[in-house]
Amino acid sequence: MTLRLLALALLSITMMSLDQRQHHMDSIRAVLSVILYPLQQLIDLPRESSEWLTESLASRRFLLQENSRLHAHQLLQRSRLQKMAALQAENSRLRKLLKSSSRVEERVLIAELLAVDMAPFSRQVILNKGRRDGIYTGQPVLDADGILGQVVFAGPFSSNVMLITDPSHALPVTVNRNGLRAIAIGTDKADQLELSHLPNNADIREGDLLVTSGLGGRFPPGYPVATITHIERNPNLPFATVFAKPSGHLESGREVLIVWTHARTTDANKPGESAHDEEAAQ
Amino acid sequence: MNPAVRHPYIVVNATFVIALVLTAIPLPGWLDLLRPEWAALALIYWCMALPERVGVGIGWIWGLFLDVMRAGLLGENALSFSLIAYVTHHLYQRVRVFPMWQQALSVMVLIIMHQMLILWVKGITGLASHSWTYWLPSLTSMLIWPLIFTLLRFLRRHFKLA
Repeated sequence: MTLRLLALALLSITMMSLDQRQHHMDSIRAVLSVILYPLQQLIDLPRESSEWLTESLASRRFLLQENSRLHAHQLLQRSRLQKMAALQAENSRLRKLLKSSSRVEERVLIAELLAVDMAPFSRQVILNKGRRDGIYTGQPVLDADGILGQVVFAGPFSSNVMLITDPSHALPVTVNRNGLRAIAIGTDKADQLELSHLPNNADIREGDLLVTSGLGGRFPPGYPVATITHIERNPNLPFATVFAKPSGHLESGREVLIVWTHARTTDANKPGESAHDEEAAQ
Repeated sequence: MNPAVRHPYIVVNATFVIALVLTAIPLPGWLDLLRPEWAALALIYWCMALPERVGVGIGWIWGLFLDVMRAGLLGENALSFSLIAYVTHHLYQRVRVFPMWQQALSVMVLIIMHQMLILWVKGITGLASHSWTYWLPSLTSMLIWPLIFTLLRFLRRHFKLA
């Protein structure tokens, strides 16, 4: 018994150290995640079925109302898109003039979160899409209002997403108003990000919108991340304490978008290095 | 009256599956923090009741599943569970005859050991949480132990496991 414990303890410690940085254990994790997937589906079942029930029992009037509301929304979006097409053409023309490579449009896929709780102090969620759908580690995940997080493990059928509020997650952002660069780091709280290493005299205000800068090469640039909620400038400290509230619905929401970023680099220096270099990005 | 189960591992592993479901079932805010360590409780019971059948190996395997379920480092719960099984094996003859409240206290000590080990691993990788609420599962696990014990003992007697 003692010998077996020692052997297993040694094995666990080896596995942990292999797993920690290099993801050498992803194949074993993938096998186990496939075995657990039916269980997670089972846990998700009550919510799934209650949603199905409300949908199928909805009254005709409610559906008509919803339909007309969605119609109006759709019309609005399309009118915006018309302008968007012209702007995009203009943008690519101007980029050509500046001799910088143009931004390629991103491909997206809609995935659903499974209603499964993970460890209480890590902020991760499970998606019902995996490697079978082309998902890879490091892929950005967002919802209609902003960035949610990134894929940290892609199993065959499901994948784990680390939210931007996880204490071990850092995201390069810029202030939309003036282009000031910063790093948004997750805190212990569910709806708070912290901007670290901003000097006391940095030009930043409450209510400023933060968007992704794309500098890390992992997130596409220009997506909303958070709005500044609180700034504390203490002259005794070298840096200001800045907190922000994420724009995406991290704690609620069911459907998320997974993005394939084709153009990792937008500068003219490396035009050849573009798509599918996710392994190199690590 | 009741079916004599030829393979006791079916019942034991079924309780572990149920424990995993209870571990991952979504709970709102505060209840999530109070969630007992279901899988560890099941392991402690089976190690005490069927010490010749359930031990370090089974603990390790279910710990590994819990690692994947909780998206932790692969091996942290496995290590802790094999240690729980080992310690329980050394104590079961005494703990089995304890009155319920003393038994519950020993269970709390075991769960605290488990949580300490996990916190230690998280601390090494730099992800430790400093909130006192981290320790609440030890307390709730102790409080729910009498229920778990009665329930699993009923199962064991019903299926005549030995």
